Amino acid sequence: MQTLVAYVENKPGVLNRVSSLARRLAINIDSLTVGPTENEEIARMTIVAHTDERGAHRLEASLEKLVDVLLAENISGRALLERDLALIKVAADQQNRPHLMELIKVFRARVVDVAPESLIIEVSGTVDKIDGLLEVLRPFGVLEMARTGRISMTRGNDLLRPPLLDIESGAGEPEVSKAK
Amino acid sequence: MKLTGAEILCETLTRLGVREIFGYPGGAILPVYDALGKSKLHHVLVRHEQGATHMADGYARASGGVGVAMATSGPGATNMVTGIATAMMDSSPVVCVTGQVSSKVIGSDAFQEIDITGITMPITKHNVVVTQAGDIGRTLREAFVIAKSGRPGPVLVDVTKDAQQATAEFEWDACTPKLPAKRIRNNHDQIEFDRAVELLNTAKRPVILAGRGIMLSNAMQAFEKFVRVGNYPVAMTLLGIGCFPAKDPLNLGMMGMHGEAWVNNAIQEADLLIAVGMRFDDRVTGDLRTYARNARKIHIEIDRAEINKNVKVDAALVGDAREVLESLTPLIDTRDHSVWIRHINELKGDSAVRDIQSLPDTGHLYAAHVINDLWKETRGEAIVVTDVGQHQMWEAQYYHHDRPRTLITSGGLGTMGFALPAGIGAKFAKPDSEVWVVVGDGGFQMTMSELATIVQEKINVKIAIINNGYLGMVRQWQEFFYDKRYVATPLVAPDFAALANAFGIRAGSVTTRAESVSAIRMAREANETVLLDFRVEQEDSMYPMVPAGASLHDMIRRPHNPLVETASDA
Repeated sequence: MQTLVAYVENKPGVLNRVSSLARRLAINIDSLTVGPTENEEIARMTIVAHTDERGAHRLEASLEKLVDVLLAENISGRALLERDLALIKVAADQQNRPHLMELIKVFRARVVDVAPESLIIEVSGTVDKIDGLLEVLRPFGVLEMARTGRISMTRGNDLLRPPLLDIESGAGEPEVSKAK
Repeated sequence: MKLTGAEILCETLTRLGVREIFGYPGGAILPVYDALGKSKLHHVLVRHEQGATHMADGYARASGGVGVAMATSGPGATNMVTGIATAMMDSSPVVCVTGQVSSKVIGSDAFQEIDITGITMPITKHNVVVTQAGDIGRTLREAFVIAKSGRPGPVLVDVTKDAQQATAEFEWDACTPKLPAKRIRNNHDQIEFDRAVELLNTAKRPVILAGRGIMLSNAMQAFEKFVRVGNYPVAMTLLGIGCFPAKDPLNLGMMGMHGEAWVNNAIQEADLLIAVGMRFDDRVTGDLRTYARNARKIHIEIDRAEINKNVKVDAALVGDAREVLESLTPLIDTRDHSVWIRHINELKGDSAVRDIQSLPDTGHLYAAHVINDLWKETRGEAIVVTDVGQHQMWEAQYYHHDRPRTLITSGGLGTMGFALPAGIGAKFAKPDSEVWVVVGDGGFQMTMSELATIVQEKINVKIAIINNGYLGMVRQWQEFFYDKRYVATPLVAPDFAALANAFGIRAGSVTTRAESVSAIRMAREANETVLLDFRVEQEDSMYPMVPAGASLHDMIRRPHNPLVETASDA
């Protein structure tokens, strides 16, 4: 599994270009998250792909060839923070509720909705942590689950930032995509 | 000044230096055609939009500039798909302008509405829909920048009809390209660079693999200097042909599936491969597990995505070929590779005796004869445009190109029907050059309607049909690998000379070896288009051949007497 970060232009069709590229390279995407950055014209993606290092290089370099992709980088193997968020609706009655609450506490999850027959649990953390919670909840009856997919960031001074938008290219007109 | 979107489109193209547009009108692009009529642009009416894209592609390849194709929405746009994919695979800078239904009805399955940007997403370098008249100028200028820069490729600009009809303020300076500010990668890696220099200065059996990237970066001079200083033998990819003179003793010729045996064997025996602007296509490498196992590899390539894609290299120099070569050359030592070069020449001698050009004349007409005669008669100075298949490989073997951009052929996609329209495009790019379309009887029948375009435009191209009555390359595979079961490869064709005459084109048929040269001379002397139908040996095969997936050195070599091998006479 390889993790890539991409900064893209925040406009229609870009997500399609990115996913279409992965499809064309026959790389299966495990999770892809997109969200705005501090600059509303730029979105950031975290792409987790079922491929090896060579495939990840290909994906990274091919992504960066797309006009709308400002930066793409394979960050697998670097010091990373990785987060996934899940909402889990689990069956809960009067009897097992205290036991459930105990488990939720251990996993540092939260109850965000309480109904007579069920609870919704919110949990964030690494994929392993969420998988672990899911494992212990399963015997109670998991009724529904929604997960965001992973977002990742390199730790410390390892910064990934694209140059700001709209540097007037005037003189550099024929050289704009030299970066490729 | 206030202009309509259609006028802005034509004005922008004119200012970008476009002279010819290859296209076909229709409802959704009609406002642009109305503006075209009032502009200085010359519109070439094609007979099928695939032809328009191949013409723009041929124009781009012959000129080194950008070719422009135009079509209406729906079927006009979808007919362009093959041409766009052809340009994409061979890194050809083509800008396609398509009409689109009005923005208000997009998504309603309106008449002749199609999502052409969705369809062409994987086969364009970039594509975009324009719905505002005021965006047309900037978008087109951006399209030209994208098509031409870095590794070139096709760009499609889809313009809605309402954008063409609306008016907007047009100022050239106000539509300066504003492409997204990307991170600039510093591609110069000193460690890789130093390793490359060391490999170059210690190699005993080096071979250069020269690709089309050399021509795309205009690196011919830098490349020649690099070759001279290092004294390196040069093998060429199909699309690299022309980047280094064929007559140069260091030029080995084409490598790969139908490369001459000495070229492929030299690669297999090399201790260093220096790949420049090429991408280790499967037709070039054969089985990757046995490919050049003794060789270290240096890859000079502008597209980072090509590095280690098929072949793992020891030193990757990412960048423009000319820049990289210019920085490498001062650091390499001139070394004596005469033992190695003598060895390659010995391999060459072995092949030459089997060459059909060395065999006694039996009177039979072979495609290889035709190409060889054509090369001699044109003194190797024509622009030759080929399709895909046997004739394409014969051309690559027997027409010796000394100048860049004189062989135009569909390499990566291998598109049948490419040659005739691409030849028309090449003629527009180089009106003073002699242009020969060399095409098989199968491929010719795919786009032969463009003969009418030739007549309407009153241009002068020469057409040589290598007519063997088969889809020859497929027949050859059936002969070698399917026990001669010729399913769907025997091909009925019209009398091509009579057909050409019906279009108003001069033509002749050639059936014997003796007539070949005089027919070529007649065609060359005519100041108009001439079509020659060469009825060549029907079951002749292309040698040598590396079967698909086999090792590069496992070639099916030329038989000593080709007549024994061919089953029947024409």
